[in-house]
Amino acid sequence: MEQDFKALDAILAKYRDRKGFLIPLLQEAQNAMGYLSQETMKYIAGEVGVPAAEIFGVATFYSMFRLKPQGKHIIRVCKGTACHVSDADGIKNALVDALKLPEGENTTSDRLFTLMEVACLGCCSLAPVIMVDDMTFGKLVPEKIPEVLEKFRF
Amino acid sequence: MSEVTVKVGLASCGVAAGARDVYRKLEEYLAANPLPVKLQKTACIGMCFEEPIVEFNGAELGKMHVGKASPDTIIQIMQDYLDGKAPAQNVILAEKLDGKHNELLANQHRIVLRNCGVIDPKSLSDYEASGGYQALKKALQMDRKSIIEEIKSSGLRGRGGAGFSTGLKWSFAAQAVSEKKYVVCNADEGDPGAFMDRSALEGDPHNVLEGMIIGAYAMGADEGYIYCRAEYPMAIEHLKIAIEAAEAKGYLGKNILGTSFSFDLHIKEGAGAFVCGEETALMQSIEGKRGMPIIRPPFPAEKGLWGKPTNINNVETWANVPWIIVHGAKAFRALGTEKSPGTKVFALAGKIAGSGLIEVPMGIPIKDIIYKVGGGMKTAKPFKAVQMGGPSGGCIPAEKLDTIVDYDSITATGAIMGSGGMVVMDSGTCMVDVARFFLNFTQNESCGKCTFCRVGTKRMLEILTRITEGKGKLEDIDELQELSENIIKGSLCGLGQTAPNPVLTTLRYFKDEYLAHIVDKRCPAGVCTALLTYRINPDKCIGCTACARKCPVSCISGTVKKPHVIDAKRCIKCGACQKACKFDAVIKE
Repeated sequence: MEQDFKALDAILAKYRDRKGFLIPLLQEAQNAMGYLSQETMKYIAGEVGVPAAEIFGVATFYSMFRLKPQGKHIIRVCKGTACHVSDADGIKNALVDALKLPEGENTTSDRLFTLMEVACLGCCSLAPVIMVDDMTFGKLVPEKIPEVLEKFRF
Repeated sequence: MSEVTVKVGLASCGVAAGARDVYRKLEEYLAANPLPVKLQKTACIGMCFEEPIVEFNGAELGKMHVGKASPDTIIQIMQDYLDGKAPAQNVILAEKLDGKHNELLANQHRIVLRNCGVIDPKSLSDYEASGGYQALKKALQMDRKSIIEEIKSSGLRGRGGAGFSTGLKWSFAAQAVSEKKYVVCNADEGDPGAFMDRSALEGDPHNVLEGMIIGAYAMGADEGYIYCRAEYPMAIEHLKIAIEAAEAKGYLGKNILGTSFSFDLHIKEGAGAFVCGEETALMQSIEGKRGMPIIRPPFPAEKGLWGKPTNINNVETWANVPWIIVHGAKAFRALGTEKSPGTKVFALAGKIAGSGLIEVPMGIPIKDIIYKVGGGMKTAKPFKAVQMGGPSGGCIPAEKLDTIVDYDSITATGAIMGSGGMVVMDSGTCMVDVARFFLNFTQNESCGKCTFCRVGTKRMLEILTRITEGKGKLEDIDELQELSENIIKGSLCGLGQTAPNPVLTTLRYFKDEYLAHIVDKRCPAGVCTALLTYRINPDKCIGCTACARKCPVSCISGTVKKPHVIDAKRCIKCGACQKACKFDAVIKE
């Protein structure tokens, strides 16, 4: 773990004295570490002088922060209104099936994919939409899901 | 022949539809075959349903947009265009040809979106060439008070949804006495079904910056923030490029255009919390805290970011400012209605043919937006309702389609103008399910501070879920009404105060659907799975066995060439049989 925290030190140095630094700091820390572990949050708390409870409070408030290790690729299923009326649920079910997600988990056992929901990706004319990492796929039907996932199985 | 320009729309919607492949193909072809063609990038012209879109200009045929472009056909289309031949299909807009959607665009009036899909959003010189930063130059010659007067008399109202007078808001922040003031752009567009701000930022970021710089000058602020959703990576990228370019050119930073006015602008990425669209929560979030709303007063104009006077407007509001400064309040007032002047951007989505982004003068009937600007319904299924204002808004039924677009008329229907999301629904949409969908959303996004919003929405969601499962009681309707009233009264911010709107409007206009679910245990739209039954019409079934082979629980029986039967007790209502049947023999009811 020692080495991991060294990666954080550069980020801490960058943000330490900026106002309103906590959220961008946590975002970068998450990018560097993959997720925000309790140890990471405690380390940051000690370094910047913000109570660990406050950091935990911020990390749990925003949906972007992940407190558990995530898969290599993040799949976001859009649950916006336009997608909802265009069978976003069918797409989600097809993803759960194709990924063979264990009950109650959102990350595959090989840590390749994590499945999440997002309120709206703003590509409503292409509904239903999913976003894998930063690529958007629109006008989907459940049958097309395995084909989309195949592009990311590496 | 003058040089021909070929522009590919590369906003999020275009890219998702495959525009990058089209661009690459053109790039490769032009590298290998030198032609008098200049290849350019632009953003979204608004007709997202036709993406990828390519614009041709400069030859005999005049300006021409081609929709649904593909790498396979685009080279031929370009060659034809250069030879003066019109492509066989997919001409969507054209000066000299009969473009499929010429009329849809003719019914629009573009102020905010005037450059979107026209200029290269990453190019400051493109923006300048289309009149960019002229408003700032003009404003810097003006007295600060008279800028605010101009905005006030234009009648511009906050486009984020509440519709408060922008000029008045500015005057409060201007009057506040402080050595430090902030201006903020709210780009935390979280309403599901809305993408106006995404498109405006992707397509014309400098226009928003220019509005903010003018506002900062008028109110005496020297620092600003753009709070943008992290789910919009391209909008953030374009903003970053724009800010850097504006700084290099002296439009931003120290001593702007040689005056004593200085202004710094930062981007703050949202971290995924819908409630941060509420202005006090947004400021908490910029400060690095949990984004929970706080009591007003004091209003941000007195005590905002870090306790300093702050003015917050949303993307579309800021984007109106440069146009008003250049053309004057009177020209703005010439558009729209007495109480709601100007234009409004709407994101059309759902079961409408022309889903995408439009900008229309206020005062236009909703009916015209759907049928004249949006091209009507997508399929043969009839119109049922249009949802406006997202989770804070409501559903407007067919009999109210004559309602005109202005803040007060829309509020009278029980919906709200909102930020501009319009989701069109047809007879295949269940209104109880829609109400449940929005309640589920607000319930998830409630920050938890106010009891009624936190617990009340949960109770309402439970009731709605019960109704969609066929376990509803008649008393549930009264309870939904009562909870709604209390949530509206007992919540601090707009999220809670408007959360019951989707339920209240569907109860008002579609009570019969609620009753069908509760009394008849039937979902008229055929959406609520628990209330559906699948059966096979023996007159249509030819016994091909396709359905029986697809059924995941093997509950369909029958012999080859004889009508099949579904065992309703074992059926899990997945619908696989209906999809498999080529003879329309499977009936869902």
